[in-house]
Amino acid sequence: MIQVVSLSKFYGKKAVVEDVSVTIQPRKITSFIGPNGAGKSTLLSMVSRLLDADTGEVLIDKSDAKKMKSNDFAKRVSILKQSNYMNVRLTIRELVSFGRFPYSKGRLTDEDERIVDQSLEYMHLTDMQERYLDELSGGQRQRAFIAMVIAQDTEYILLDEPLNNLDMKHSVQIMKILRRLVDELGKTVVIVLHDINFASVYSDWIVAMKDGKVVKNGPTEEIIQSESLKEIYDMDIPIQKMEGCRICVYFNS
Amino acid sequence: MRNSIKMAILVVIAAGCCAIYLFHDLNGSFDYALPRRAVKVIAMVITGFTIAYATVVFQTITHNRILTPSIMGLDSLYLLLQTLIIFFLGSGHMIAVNKQVNFLVSVAVMIVFALLLYRFLFKKGDQSIYFLLLVGIIIGTFFSSISTFFQVLIDPNEFQIVQDRMFASFNNINSDLVWLSLIIVGVVMIYAWRFVKYLDVLSLGRETAINLGVPYDSIVKKMLIIVAVFISISTALVGPITFFGLIVANLSYQFFKSYKHRILISGAIVMSIIALVGGQWVVERVFTFSTTLSVIINFIGGVYFIYLLLKERNAG
Repeated sequence: MIQVVSLSKFYGKKAVVEDVSVTIQPRKITSFIGPNGAGKSTLLSMVSRLLDADTGEVLIDKSDAKKMKSNDFAKRVSILKQSNYMNVRLTIRELVSFGRFPYSKGRLTDEDERIVDQSLEYMHLTDMQERYLDELSGGQRQRAFIAMVIAQDTEYILLDEPLNNLDMKHSVQIMKILRRLVDELGKTVVIVLHDINFASVYSDWIVAMKDGKVVKNGPTEEIIQSESLKEIYDMDIPIQKMEGCRICVYFNS
Repeated sequence: MRNSIKMAILVVIAAGCCAIYLFHDLNGSFDYALPRRAVKVIAMVITGFTIAYATVVFQTITHNRILTPSIMGLDSLYLLLQTLIIFFLGSGHMIAVNKQVNFLVSVAVMIVFALLLYRFLFKKGDQSIYFLLLVGIIIGTFFSSISTFFQVLIDPNEFQIVQDRMFASFNNINSDLVWLSLIIVGVVMIYAWRFVKYLDVLSLGRETAINLGVPYDSIVKKMLIIVAVFISISTALVGPITFFGLIVANLSYQFFKSYKHRILISGAIVMSIIALVGGQWVVERVFTFSTTLSVIINFIGGVYFIYLLLKERNAG
């Protein structure tokens, strides 16, 4: 269980994240939604120690994240950011192998190779594992990075807008994979999303943020309601039920 | 061709260069010429090693393949120091004449400067490596300007001595210093080698590196200190030659096409040994000392640098 306890981040005097306390439910997909600049990505960065929090603390299974060794933390929590700029030219397999770094420090054992094979298989990348990342499309690249995170084999997987710049087909593909990670492998997935319909259809739990604060926090059916969405986005959003999914029709509201 | 074969070929060439340098035209002078040549070869190996290691590490930390550690202003500080010693104390003073003392003073000043610079910049917590580089450039320019100012005021005869130190040279190297440098580099290297495994991950960028459990900020600080120590030693031993690192590092990237720093660094080291020992032999035998190695290196390096810039522009 990840517990966020009154976490804040200030840039100058402006609070980007202000006194946020959230508990992440284990073995569920939790989506963070909210307007631009609500502090979702900043919060995720602080939870994953990419950014130091100004106040508050993060507890991973009741132990203080700050006191954990970097390497031990990397065996329990992984983070994937939106942009993955790289200075080096790697093949998919080489990238995925880096996921085993917290365990083997670059010298892969047979066990590591086996896990890398599995991760590639899981993301349907086995056939193209020798291709270079810069030759891939956005969706393939994103899948390669997720394969790396799977190889890292952490209980908690944090993703910051993994659907950015992806078309519908690839977005659905990625979300289905995340669903499988939770349902089949028992992982806990935390994800920042912009498209509330993806959040509605695929997540178990939704945390809505606005102006650096959590405004809504509850099961998906509770949050995907016209009244709640009005509070979060200041928009009147009708909700239609289609084939068991709650779809927000926000395009002309 | 596999990388291990490439590496083997390079090692053979490097060994060949050293052998030719040591034994060509020796005329049986095993007692006099051979030890002197050996000292020079060891000095060149130390220089090649430190420059290659420091440059590859520095470029990985900064995520930039056309930077050299000279951007931190250590070479300019060395020149300023030499200028000031000659200007205020005169060329006859012990620090100017005694090479051991001069070496130790130079190394100490450069390392202390680098540590102060890091300390000042990293104290604020929200440190950016590019801010460090920017401050380095400004301080380096400041040092160069002060040096030029004093060089203009200096007595012309004394200036000759300063000018001598402005270019790297292997022609009269003190053997005691070579052994001393060898010990320092060896000790630092025993400490530094354990971090090489992190370098591969560092080149994936800060966020991915932290995700994979690398204590990024502390590793970067340690690597920067090691870079400063190595640059200080090679500069104090032979003079400013950091530009050379740019050539060998990029040749190594192009030749090995790998992301593994174990290979890239070893390759850059062997290449720099080939370039220095082979180049010095050419300077001594072909040009008969009418030029210095650093002039040739700066010329070839400059051409290669322009080529890199054009290539990067086309790639972008």
